[in-house]
Amino acid sequence: MTDAASPLVATAPSPVAASPGYWAGVLRRLGREKVAIAAGVVILLIVLAAIFADFVAPTDPTKTSMLRRLRPIGSPGYLLGADELGRDMLSRLIFGARLSLFMGVVPVFVAFVLGSIIGISAGFFGGRYNTLVMRTVDVFYAFPSVLLAIALSGALGAGIANSILSLTIVFIPPIARIAESVTTQVRTMDYVDAARASGAGPFLIIRAQVLGNVIGPVFVYATSLISVAMILASGLSFLGLGAKPPTPEWGLMLNTLRTAIYIQPWVAVLPGAAIFITSIAFNLLSDGLRSAMEVKN
Amino acid sequence: MLRYFLRRLAYVAPVALGVSFFCFLLVHIAPGDPLTSVLPPDASAAQQEEMRRIYGFDKPLPVQFVLWLWQALQGDLGVSIATGRPVAAEVGKAVGNTLVVALLAMVIGFALGSLFGFVAGYFKGSWLDRGASLIAMLGVSVPHYWLGMVLVILFSVQLGWLPAGGAGPDGSGAWKWNWEHIRYMLLPAITMSVVPMGIIARTVRALVADIMAQDFVTALRAKGMLDPGVLRHVIKNAAPTSLAVMGLQLGYLLGGSILIETVFSWPGTGFLLGNAIFQRDLPLLQGTILVLSMFFVGLNVLVDIVQGLLDPRVRRQ
Repeated sequence: MTDAASPLVATAPSPVAASPGYWAGVLRRLGREKVAIAAGVVILLIVLAAIFADFVAPTDPTKTSMLRRLRPIGSPGYLLGADELGRDMLSRLIFGARLSLFMGVVPVFVAFVLGSIIGISAGFFGGRYNTLVMRTVDVFYAFPSVLLAIALSGALGAGIANSILSLTIVFIPPIARIAESVTTQVRTMDYVDAARASGAGPFLIIRAQVLGNVIGPVFVYATSLISVAMILASGLSFLGLGAKPPTPEWGLMLNTLRTAIYIQPWVAVLPGAAIFITSIAFNLLSDGLRSAMEVKN
Repeated sequence: MLRYFLRRLAYVAPVALGVSFFCFLLVHIAPGDPLTSVLPPDASAAQQEEMRRIYGFDKPLPVQFVLWLWQALQGDLGVSIATGRPVAAEVGKAVGNTLVVALLAMVIGFALGSLFGFVAGYFKGSWLDRGASLIAMLGVSVPHYWLGMVLVILFSVQLGWLPAGGAGPDGSGAWKWNWEHIRYMLLPAITMSVVPMGIIARTVRALVADIMAQDFVTALRAKGMLDPGVLRHVIKNAAPTSLAVMGLQLGYLLGGSILIETVFSWPGTGFLLGNAIFQRDLPLLQGTILVLSMFFVGLNVLVDIVQGLLDPRVRRQ
């Protein structure tokens, strides 16, 4: 920058210097994705409703009323009707969001952390370690995800903790695969060689050179799994493998309301509609994130 | 081609072994003594000891695995606790039922998915693209078991056009190829077709959009080729990958049919699996999952081989 007196530099700062960095760029591009913003707002509202369910929900979601069973949508005092035990559907849907979101997001998050560690280490160190790890991953990858989740949950037994464990195991292999393939590409880059030549150890290189380049695509992929995870988690509860009555959870609610489809069909399908809306919102947000972070498939 | 074939086989053999080991372990990761899964709860200590020896649970785990695998290879998957019948026979009966629905679902899903995907990719950026992409997005986001319930409400409860569940008018589940029986298959198949429809539509859209942007398409147009001719070239290029995705989706349908079969009481492998879980019938659970996952592994190999036959570039990788 010896040429500081140059009129060009003096009048306009160089665009590189003014660039607010990669993440600011991602945020700016995400701001232009109107659909993704709308989806994000929907998710935020659902999350807030779940957190503040005690204040948002009109009544206690477990309070039964044998005289007011299966009320239609729009009945006085029951905005979205009442279920097969006379419990307020709106309150149950709001409280149900807690467990349904938790059971969908937690497995993906844990699998994101563990899968990244497994995939990055396998891709970076290569050799026999890579073969061993990736072949094990291939075995789990050889199961259709629904089948693997049900097999594990079925063997471990019903319960929320077992469902979360099963789903975590289901999502580690696909995430590890993506992390491994991206790391294998990054490993051969000149800047990694440069870091190695300047004496950096493997863990420093992973932290400084590899992680930043790998985590983006893996993160985008992981967000695309949340909708699958929510559908699967609720599906496990639907089969009786997840949450137990009377806990409000969307999949379980759908299951207990199955017999009500002949009496109040539109009340019976409400929990599924909640899963559908949340799942669409997560998919749209993930798509927006993918184009904002300029990740290719 | 032979070398490619052998290479795929060499790759898949250890995976198949791993998959069967996982299935073997299912009984052992279940809480409690694996013996409780094959014995009634009121069995005496002497009976327990005897069963332990017969089932080989007193031997080390690797030995047990080899014995179990050897029996499984001979078609012996053990005995169901709930019914006392051989697991292999139970699974064999159910697989056929699941296969017919999954195949019909696949045909529907592939036809609609390719159509939507093709239109979206060919007219990328138009309102047609946006419409088709929206349908594909809804398809991959829908909880399919819920969609099944909605379809039952619409077509069985309200309109009364199609039966709500079961596999036939007599309730026996004996499958026949006539309209009375096919009616029972329609709702489960349509429900099952939605997710593969969405996935195939997305794949085909990306493929077609990619091919349309390539130089050879521009060259064809520059030489004066009209749309039908260009279309033929695009289809030819998109076909191998689309077929591969379809093959894998069939495998996912077989494995993922459990929720839909539960909704429609369809007597297939999913229904069997549901019963096995409900009654904690671990040999049945293990056997069903082994058969389904091996089917999926086999399908993967088949897809690779067909792809290798259709597309020489795949063979050389």
